[in-house]
Amino acid sequence: MTRTLDPANKTAPASVGLVWRVIPPGLYGGRASTLVERSALVNRRGWFVLVGGAFEPILFLWSLGLGFGQFVASVAGPDGRPVSYAAFVAPALLAASAMNGAVYDATFNVFFKFKYAKLYDAMLATPMGPLDIAMGEIAWALLRGGLYSAGFLGVMLAMGLIASPWALLALPAALLVAFAFAAVGMAATTFMRSWQDFDLVQLAVLPMFLFSTTFFPLSVYPGWLQTVVTWTPLYHAIELMRGLTLGVVGWGMLGHVAYFAVLAAVGTVVAARRLGSLLLD
Amino acid sequence: MEHLVEAKALTKHFGTFAAVRGIDVEVRRGEAFGFLGPNGAGKSSTMRMIACVSGRTGGELKVLGMDPERDGPRIRARIGVVPQLDNLDLELTVRQNLQIYGRYFGMSRQQCREKAVELLEFAQLSDRADQEVEPLSGGMKRRLTIARSLVNDPELLLLDEPTTGLDPQARHLLWDRLFRLKQDGVTLIITTHYMDEAEQLCDRLVVMDGGRIAAEGSPGELINRYSTKEVLELRFQPGAEKPDLERFAERVEVLPDRLLLYTQDGEHTLAKVHEHGVQPIQSLVRRSSLEDVFLRLTGRTLVD
Repeated sequence: MTRTLDPANKTAPASVGLVWRVIPPGLYGGRASTLVERSALVNRRGWFVLVGGAFEPILFLWSLGLGFGQFVASVAGPDGRPVSYAAFVAPALLAASAMNGAVYDATFNVFFKFKYAKLYDAMLATPMGPLDIAMGEIAWALLRGGLYSAGFLGVMLAMGLIASPWALLALPAALLVAFAFAAVGMAATTFMRSWQDFDLVQLAVLPMFLFSTTFFPLSVYPGWLQTVVTWTPLYHAIELMRGLTLGVVGWGMLGHVAYFAVLAAVGTVVAARRLGSLLLD
Repeated sequence: MEHLVEAKALTKHFGTFAAVRGIDVEVRRGEAFGFLGPNGAGKSSTMRMIACVSGRTGGELKVLGMDPERDGPRIRARIGVVPQLDNLDLELTVRQNLQIYGRYFGMSRQQCREKAVELLEFAQLSDRADQEVEPLSGGMKRRLTIARSLVNDPELLLLDEPTTGLDPQARHLLWDRLFRLKQDGVTLIITTHYMDEAEQLCDRLVVMDGGRIAAEGSPGELINRYSTKEVLELRFQPGAEKPDLERFAERVEVLPDRLLLYTQDGEHTLAKVHEHGVQPIQSLVRRSSLEDVFLRLTGRTLVD
């Protein structure tokens, strides 16, 4: 490779160049937070919907933890030591609630605003760009997921299902998980053509909810299914939550964190770029 | 800066379809400029390029002296856009719609509150301020959309078919608001296919057809150039043989049941037609309008 040594023609450093290639100028107006403000304004009146969503995992916990807990004395925890069934299932439900809250907001709600309310068209007539919209919507979805998670952690604490101060980190972890699911959900939504396509979201979320070691340890599955399960994002979220709430912590957890950081970043950029190409033709 | 918009050989393609095929446009500060044309003429595509929400395929475009390609957000910060279809935020109240829109422009909450009160007044919606948007009438929604576009005190306001679908009362009220804006020094760019609207509002306009500019000028100039002072309309029984009156007028247009005679003096021509022994079942002398210019330039064939 040859290099031109023309000082007047000095371009920006390579890292900045890469950022601008991924996020071209004009995509971002630096006002994503006003979109969160809008969502807060809208939900001020629909706050009961928000609160309602928090009850779902709590009901699951009560029914499964108390019901199943009668038959299953204990389950092998992350480090092999036995834990109560409720303590096993609760962190998984925590992860699942972060996922559900985020996915719901980033798919159904975003699709409606994008396709029918034409809300984003109105926003793009202002200095805001597609990246502001993607970031603003994802931020709201993750705040909602985080809200559910915080409530659920409180319930876990009250039920004596938290075994370690590491559990404090479960909240930021839940936010990261919600961020990743919201970003991927929103990116997927930009590819949806009609409401029928949302069956695919259910098709992805429900099996993940049932099989990603939410209710049973990985060892109960046949070998091939175990492999598939370890690829799913919810599995990584559950591993993270279980380790933190049961106090079984290791460096390996950073791998899960990295997994979600990558999903979050890729999802956000894809969502922004797709919105840009769909709305700014 | 004399020209708020300057386009040279501006083109826009969607795949293989050429929506705008090389237009030259200059919009001066303080004027009301119109894009007229049938559906599919390329008006909205042009508006979207000026609004910096659609990239150009070729040519040059400067808005407020800047290049939309590079300075989109900075240009959008200083213009207002009224889209063809209202895209108000139906999950918010009338007042909240204005306030949050100001926030999108980076205004402080205090500024947004004050601006909303002022604009509600302007749009004559103060008594509906804290109601939902959905139950508002078409005219009210349109006024709210226009009020929303003014939240950032734009120098340039883009209105895409501002009165389509409104009843006459609502249209006149809206025109009245637009006049007031013009008096306040806001430059207006309007697309419309209503000729009366263009004659009412526009200082200067272009007629677009098939992605090109077919004519440019003030409404009066265009009428002088492409039509005559008056038009004599002669109505005959449908299907009846129509006489050849070519020699009595500068131009004659033959419609299924009518003849249109373009002439400087309609009454005089009518007298001559009568002298010639032609007896239409109805006759009407009227002034030439922009509609005559429009139909002459873009034809009478229905374009959908």
